[in-house]
Amino acid sequence: MSAALLSFALGYAQIALALAACLAGWRTLRGPRAQDRVLGLETLYVQAMLLFLVTGMVTGTHYFFEAALVIGVMGFVATVALARFLLRGEVLE
Amino acid sequence: MSRLVPHPWLSLGLICLWLLLTAPTPGYLILGMAIALIAGRALAPLEPQALRLRHPGAILKLAGIVTVDIVRSNAAVSWLILTNGRSDHRRSGFVHIQLRARKPETLAILALIVTATPGTAWLEHDPESGVMLLHVFDLIDEAEWQDTIRNRYEALLLEIFE
Amino acid sequence: MTGFQDIPLWIAVPVALFLLLGSTLSMLGAFGLMRLKSFYDRLHAPTLATSWGTAGIVLASILLTSWLQGRLVLHDLVIALFVMLTTPVTLMLLGRAALNRDRAEGAPLPPAMPAGEDPPAP
Repeated sequence: MSAALLSFALGYAQIALALAACLAGWRTLRGPRAQDRVLGLETLYVQAMLLFLVTGMVTGTHYFFEAALVIGVMGFVATVALARFLLRGEVLE
Repeated sequence: MSRLVPHPWLSLGLICLWLLLTAPTPGYLILGMAIALIAGRALAPLEPQALRLRHPGAILKLAGIVTVDIVRSNAAVSWLILTNGRSDHRRSGFVHIQLRARKPETLAILALIVTATPGTAWLEHDPESGVMLLHVFDLIDEAEWQDTIRNRYEALLLEIFE
Repeated sequence: MTGFQDIPLWIAVPVALFLLLGSTLSMLGAFGLMRLKSFYDRLHAPTLATSWGTAGIVLASILLTSWLQGRLVLHDLVIALFVMLTTPVTLMLLGRAALNRDRAEGAPLPPAMPAGEDPPAP
């Protein structure tokens, strides 16, 4: 009973998060402006991170947690650098 | 005490983070404390002013209010995105709010709270006049939002930091 | 899918509920990002994924791994804290970048900051 419930919930979460990542990727590709693309990238990495967490729950290993942590940190740095680039025109001043 | 641990809150937070990432054993606790002390002292020459928090009750109250508000606005914003039937009536807009807070810590925490809550986004702040620009997803009454930000969040933050 | 049979219902039901809540909210956030019309509206959509979307999945993960390992495993909280602290920073920077770009092009929408000390009439 609980195994069926959990595998349904985990499967639903994986599909929903993958769909969400696709929608965010669509916004990244579509634009129309540069800030929309960065916003799409921001959502995309958050969804990928959550998808890794759920996959880690499915497989029962903690490696996915570490991968999710790395995605979170790198995604934050990347989107902040891009946003600053949009704000000022250069990343480093 | 204050020379040995110049940033007690930072050091405490680092110890907690270290224990969360490793395992809560005495060995890791000692290692984490050593790292936290070194990091606290390394920060000291960068930022001479240590954070001073007052009224721990107000911090708890603020955390409770923010949690409840985030839950409520999550429900409200996801409902608006789902239905979209009110799209003709839903009006998003900009609100100018005159803030009393001047310290950067207060403004930073206020900006975090406002932006982390779905439905409101902090756009910019003019340090000279103290006016901030807020974008609201479902704008019904501007005065109501000015009142919410100033009295619900800012008053408590002023009590804590300033 | 190892060992899911031994999990009692009082763990499995909250885990499943938190998973459904978190993933649905995340999907709604991305859906809003795709569907909303203006950039400033879209700025609100990802906060759905980063507030209770992340919180739901992290709570489910904490419950499940703590039960499976027989001790309290809280390291997922680090991710929740990190996301909740960093997303507003990115969104604020993006909002300001969009404001500057729109103003530089002379778009009518974002109003300029009022000059002087007077707050706008409420």
